[in-house]
Amino acid sequence: MEKRVVFRSAWLPWVLIAPQVAVIGVFFFWPAGQALLQSVQQSDAFGTSVEWVGLENFRNLWNDATYLASFYTTALFSTLVAVLGIGLSLILAVFADRIVKGAMVYKTLLIWPYAVAPAVAGVLWLFMFAPSVGVVSFWLRALGVDWNHLLNGRHAMTLVIMAAVWKQISYNFLFFLAGLQSIPKSLIEAAAIDGARPWRRFWTIVFPLLSPTTFFLLVINIVYAFFDTFGIIDAVTQGGPGKETAILVYKVYYDGFKAMDLGGSAAQSVVLMVIVVVLTVVQFRFVEKKVNY
Amino acid sequence: MVERRPLLDVLSHAVLILGVLVVAFPLYLTFVASTHTADAIVQAPMPLLPGTHLTENYSAAWYGTGGGNGSKAPVGQMMLVSLISALIITLGKIAISLLSAFAIVYFRFPFRMFFFWAIFITLMLPVEVRILPTYKVVSDLGMLNSYAGLTVPLIASATATFLFRQFFLTVPEELVEAARMDGAGPMRFFKDVLVPLSKTSIAALFVIQFIYGWNQYLWPLLVTTNENMYPVVIGIKRMISGGDAQTEWNVVMATALLAMIPPALVVMLMQKWFVKGLVDTEK
Amino acid sequence: MKFHVAAVALAAALSVSAHAQTEIQWWHSMTAVNGEVVNDLAKNFNATQKNYKIVPTYKGTYDESFTAAVAAFRAGNAPHILQVFEVGTATMMASKGVTVPVGKVMKDSGEKFDPKAYVSAVAGYYTAPSGEMLSFPFNSSTTVFYFNKDAFKAAGIDTTTAPGTWPEVALAAAKLKASGHKCPLSIAWQGWTQLESFSAWHNVEFATKGNGLQGMDARMKVNSPLHVRHIDNLANMAKQGLFVYKGRANVPEASFISGECAMMTTSTGFYGNVAKNAKFAWGLAPLPHYPDVPGAPQNTVIGGASLWVMAGKKQDEYKGIAQFFNYLSSPEIQAATHQRTGYLPITTAAFQLTEKSGFYQKNPGTDVGVNQMIRKTTDKSRGIRLGNYVQIRTIEDEELEQVWSGKKSAKEALDSIVLRGNELLERFEKANKKS
Repeated sequence: MEKRVVFRSAWLPWVLIAPQVAVIGVFFFWPAGQALLQSVQQSDAFGTSVEWVGLENFRNLWNDATYLASFYTTALFSTLVAVLGIGLSLILAVFADRIVKGAMVYKTLLIWPYAVAPAVAGVLWLFMFAPSVGVVSFWLRALGVDWNHLLNGRHAMTLVIMAAVWKQISYNFLFFLAGLQSIPKSLIEAAAIDGARPWRRFWTIVFPLLSPTTFFLLVINIVYAFFDTFGIIDAVTQGGPGKETAILVYKVYYDGFKAMDLGGSAAQSVVLMVIVVVLTVVQFRFVEKKVNY
Repeated sequence: MVERRPLLDVLSHAVLILGVLVVAFPLYLTFVASTHTADAIVQAPMPLLPGTHLTENYSAAWYGTGGGNGSKAPVGQMMLVSLISALIITLGKIAISLLSAFAIVYFRFPFRMFFFWAIFITLMLPVEVRILPTYKVVSDLGMLNSYAGLTVPLIASATATFLFRQFFLTVPEELVEAARMDGAGPMRFFKDVLVPLSKTSIAALFVIQFIYGWNQYLWPLLVTTNENMYPVVIGIKRMISGGDAQTEWNVVMATALLAMIPPALVVMLMQKWFVKGLVDTEK
Repeated sequence: MKFHVAAVALAAALSVSAHAQTEIQWWHSMTAVNGEVVNDLAKNFNATQKNYKIVPTYKGTYDESFTAAVAAFRAGNAPHILQVFEVGTATMMASKGVTVPVGKVMKDSGEKFDPKAYVSAVAGYYTAPSGEMLSFPFNSSTTVFYFNKDAFKAAGIDTTTAPGTWPEVALAAAKLKASGHKCPLSIAWQGWTQLESFSAWHNVEFATKGNGLQGMDARMKVNSPLHVRHIDNLANMAKQGLFVYKGRANVPEASFISGECAMMTTSTGFYGNVAKNAKFAWGLAPLPHYPDVPGAPQNTVIGGASLWVMAGKKQDEYKGIAQFFNYLSSPEIQAATHQRTGYLPITTAAFQLTEKSGFYQKNPGTDVGVNQMIRKTTDKSRGIRLGNYVQIRTIEDEELEQVWSGKKSAKEALDSIVLRGNELLERFEKANKKS
């Protein structure tokens, strides 16, 4: 994964990288550092009384049974969201790449849902799945399923997973399409001439050549599932019923944002960051080996 | 495709149609809801066919009228703000990420991997968690209520850099060698070879980042007090009554759809670049 | 839109000729109709005088605008007036040097201000133990009971008087179910209606220390025998299909409007929605109570938000704020706002004015909420003020859901609420103990 051929210059790379580093220095690392510092403090919302409490916030987390339970919930949720999100969009992208007739229509309709504002998306899902008045619940009941995500934990989990995957399908689909476009036709044609059928061609040529994109999406989807899904949870179940859809990041958002418990929220952010960094390092170390560049 | 396989074609269309039905169904519901009256929508279950109030709802949405919805800032103004912010964010992100990814992949310099990971880590702390200190920084820099304040902090992200890194790693070595043999310097190579090759990735990122910038809600809410600087999603959210008063769902949905037109246009226009990318890689 | 822009430009041009106005920033979370009311109040006040200009800005929902205010405060540019929801009262109160009590603002600027003119059950929520008013009650609602008269008739229940006690409600529910009704009863804002307001209505403690009004060392008392009895009753009704759980916050309200649920306990703020959209005959009645509890019905507890004045502003600006608050309290303005929004009138004078105008006759049911509040309060019913209250409300939701789904008994859930709630209260007390 290292390039053999590189350019030599003592100063150019620094110049190239400077804009991004400057922006993230000022607008990410500086504020992030302050935010994380709050994990060892206990303060009121407005910051008028700040006290250093060492690891107490972390200890509170450790002693909270519901917090520990949400590790399992998060693992389940994130795995399913990433796997389903990538799997389904890959299928759609491969088929969309194949056909010529109506390609533009399919692609637009499949990418467009990404443009739905998160605020509106949450509302739409409630509309569709509201236990008695929702369109989809109506159909489910006709099929014999007594849909009630308000009291049934499994239903609630299914609902949030579906909502999270839905949003990501458009995103993944788009990048898979882009990746597929850059696979040279000549390679596929050569394989076809050799007698390889589409299924075989996919696994021996397309999928390996798609692996940089797949790896990218794998990492991004896992980060998404861990970090960006609190909006959906907030709009649809608020972590309920009970605590059955309370994933880790939702509690971070809730504590920091609604309950104004900045110390607790920061401590949880630290824990969450550590988990995801470890996961990412593992992916880079082990999974990236299988990627063809 | 390569050979004619009619059965596979039929399967492809079937799968795609199913996919579209599932994925685009909520959009369809939004459209249907925007053509009925407010109380028709809350009756169970919601009607599935479009109603007759299309023009009525859409004009109410556009002009910011419509009984009692408190959003005085008309949709047109808000969409302009959203458009400008989204464009700045998109172009800004793509520009600096192209440069950074280029540096990381094609050069050797001390702390190279450190910078890559530093950039990468920015994905791992959601904006909401660090929003209070970020606000203070922006406020201290005097960037409140400005396009700079709305956009620059959001440019600090790693998705684009990561994507470009992935793509650059797949570019064949021969191209770089050829460029060097021709006596071209790194920036020449970058401008004449690398960027054109990256068109597809740039197009994909353009779509994603534009929509991301377009749909910003929380950050603009904090950073602006001047309602003329409110982007369109705030306008939509504002019509959704959080209390017990009724929400005019039909106008909300109409506004939401209006708000989705520019992103849809971007999606359609960017698809042209996808095809171009394919042609260019035929070396 | 063009006309509006022209009007604003004209107004701006005209105001340039006047001497410089002091701008007062007001951050609020009122949407839809209520947002219009806010804008109108500001506009009309601005028109009555030349010195001050109230500038209302919608800053998102209650928690979003709270976060915005925290961020702004930490960066040194907080607004002058901030609308904060009732559950944030303890947080605002405990933060030193962040706010200025409304009583002090009024006194210092020489505006006449009589705390006794305000309805005790409304203003008491926002008053310090010393009697000083901390924040200005702006939009207050309370808990009431809605019922579907058409569904009642179909089930053979008399609709001239509403079910006033919980046993009567259970009876009505049984009749409704027998006549085929799928959802006889549902509840919205379950923590507020079934635990908090329930406690005040029966004159029992929700938490010690006057429900927290008298000190930060208050602890929860919501697992008393009466509470357990009530939640048990509801749980039994749930098992029999007489009570159907329809979600947190105000999500269940949609199922009343659609006719699906025949009875609902929720906020007075729901009135406007029902009046406009219900396609059946309906009634509004006081919250049900248990007839065998001494002292019930006492008064219910408010919900909604109040206006806090932020510290660190100039003396001249405080004068403007005081004038504005006086304007807001005048009986005519109060009565008009009350009638337009459905929120409770905060002064007795406003209530009387509305009564005299015949408004309550023309809009039956609008006086139910007010009547529940216009009475002498006790130590246990004046209001609630607990730290970390947002989280406690969520705990109430979580535990009650487990009762409705049959996972916990009423006693287990209420004990759990007390345990988890007290832990949060201890932490709040500790975090705010110094200075």
